[in-house]
Amino acid sequence: MPGTSRSVLPGFGLSLGITCTYLGLLVLLPLATVFTRSAELTWPGFWDVITNPRVVASYRVTFGTSLLAAAVNTVFGLLVAWVLVRYRFPGRRLIDAMVDLPFALPTAVAGIALTTLYAPNGWLGGALERFGVKVAYTWLGITVALVFIGLPFVVRTVQPVLDDLEVEVEEAAASLGAGRWQTFTRVVLPSVAPALLTGFALAFARAIGEYGSVVFISGNMPMKTEIVPLLIITKLEQFDYAGATAVAVVMLVASFGLLLSINLLQWAARRRAGV
Amino acid sequence: MARGESRAVRWTQIAVALVFLALTLALPLALVFHEAVAKGLAAYWAAITEPDALSAARLTLLIAGIVVPVNLVFGVSAAWCISKFDFPGRNLLLTLIDLPFAVSPVISGMIFVLLFGAHGWLGPWLLEHDITIIFAVPGMVLATTFVTAPFIARELIPLMQEQGSEEEEAAIVLGATGWQTFRRVTLPNIKWGLLYGLILCNARAMGEFGAVSVVSGHIRGETNTLPLHVEILYNEYAFAASFAVASVLTLLALVTLALKTAVEWQQRRSVTHEAGIAPSLERIAA
Repeated sequence: MPGTSRSVLPGFGLSLGITCTYLGLLVLLPLATVFTRSAELTWPGFWDVITNPRVVASYRVTFGTSLLAAAVNTVFGLLVAWVLVRYRFPGRRLIDAMVDLPFALPTAVAGIALTTLYAPNGWLGGALERFGVKVAYTWLGITVALVFIGLPFVVRTVQPVLDDLEVEVEEAAASLGAGRWQTFTRVVLPSVAPALLTGFALAFARAIGEYGSVVFISGNMPMKTEIVPLLIITKLEQFDYAGATAVAVVMLVASFGLLLSINLLQWAARRRAGV
Repeated sequence: MARGESRAVRWTQIAVALVFLALTLALPLALVFHEAVAKGLAAYWAAITEPDALSAARLTLLIAGIVVPVNLVFGVSAAWCISKFDFPGRNLLLTLIDLPFAVSPVISGMIFVLLFGAHGWLGPWLLEHDITIIFAVPGMVLATTFVTAPFIARELIPLMQEQGSEEEEAAIVLGATGWQTFRRVTLPNIKWGLLYGLILCNARAMGEFGAVSVVSGHIRGETNTLPLHVEILYNEYAFAASFAVASVLTLLALVTLALKTAVEWQQRRSVTHEAGIAPSLERIAA
C-alpha cells in the first residue's frame, strides 16, 4: 500500500493539483451555480415551481418511462449477456461488439432513426398501427428510445460476472437434482443480482437525463409526453432561469442519489466477491 | 458449455436475444443508411458537401481537437494521483470525477449559461469586455469538456490500480527521473487503456447533442456541429439530407466500435502475454 509520505514516486503534488483545479473550475463551480441560482427563489416560490402541475406531469413521464425502460433492459440485457457468454454461434463476436452501438452513436442520430422507424408510415410503426398500437409521439416511443440508450449498461455490467461464474457450480446443482429453472433462480440469479441491480440503476440514471434520443420521438406535448430535460430547456429559452434551476435541482438530487447508491452497490458487490 | 440443456431451450434463448437486438440495434442502423440514399447518391453527396454541412464538420473536429487533449491531461493526472498514492479524500475525488456522468446533458449545458450567459454571473462583466462565450464556440467547448471529462480517467484508474506501482518504484530507485519513468514504464503498460479512453472520449465529443444544443444558439455556418445540423435539417423536413449527415456520424460510430473492439483484443493479448517486471526494466535500459 503506497502512502503519501512513504511513496518514492514523484508527481503527487502536480497531478493532484491539476485534478483538483480542473474538477473545481470545470465541474464543481458550474454545478454550484445551479444551487445558488435556485436559492434566489423563496422557499414557497421554489416549492411552487417544482410542484407546478406541468412540472409534476413531466416528472411522471420521465421517471415512469425511465423505470419501464430500465426494467425491460434488465430482462433483455440479462438474456443478451447470458447468450453472449454461454453460447457459441456464428456472428457472436460481431454482435458482442454491436451491443456498444448506443454508446457510440450520437443521440440525435438515434432519435431521428427511431422516430422514422416507429412513425405511422415507418417500417415498424406502420405494422404496429394495424394492431392499434401507437409508438411515435407517445410515452411508448419515449420508452423505446430509452431502451435503446440503456441496453449496453445492463449487458456490460452483467457480462463479466456471468463470465466469472463457474459452470461447474451449475452442473453440481443439476447433478444434485435441480432443474434448469431451479438452477437458474437458485444459483445463477443470486450471483448476478448485484450486477443486475447496478446495471438497472445505471440504465435508469442515464434515462432520466436523456435528451437527444427522446426529443424527436416524444412529440413533446405538455402534460402528456414532455420530459423534464425538455422542460428545463423551455424555461431557459423563456429566460426563466430561477424556474429552470429549481427543476434542475430536483433532477440533480435524484441523479446524485442514484450515483451514490450505484457506488454503494458496487462497493458491496466487491466486498462480497472478496476483492 | 452448460450441459443438461436441450438444444431447443438453447436455440430459443439465442433466437429471442437476436430478435431483440435486431429490433433495437440493427433496424435503426439499417434505416439510417436506407433513408440517407432515399433521394439518390447525387443528393446524398450534395447534402454532405454543402457549405453548412462542411462548416458543421469543421466545428465538430475543432471542438473534439480541443476537448480530447485537455481531457487527456486531466485523465492521466487524475489516474496518477488516485492510483499511485493514498491520501485522505481519495474516494471523494473518485466520486467527483464520475459526477458529469450523472448530470443530464441539458443541465451540463445550462450550468455554463448560468455562469457566462447574458443573464449569468459573469455575463455583465463579459459584455463589458466584449467577450462572447455562450451562443459561441467557447461555450460549446466548455460544455463538451464537462460532459466528456470522466472518460479517460475512468478507463485509466482501475487499470493503473490493478497494475500497482512496483515497476515505477523500481525505475525510480534505479535512478530514472519521474518523466522517464512515466514514459518508459507507465505509458507502455497503460497504452491500450489510454487509447480506449481516447476513442470513447472522442466519440462522445463529436456526437454530443444536448449540452451543446443549450449553449450553441444554432447559428448556421457558425455554431452548428454535425449533430445539431442533423436536427435542423430534420426539423425542416429535409429528411434525406438529415439522414445523409446522420450517416456520416453513424460511420464514425461504427469506426469507433471497430477500433474499440480491436483495442480490447490487443488488451487481452497483452494481459495474457504479461511477463511481469522484466520487460519494463529492459525498456528503461534501452
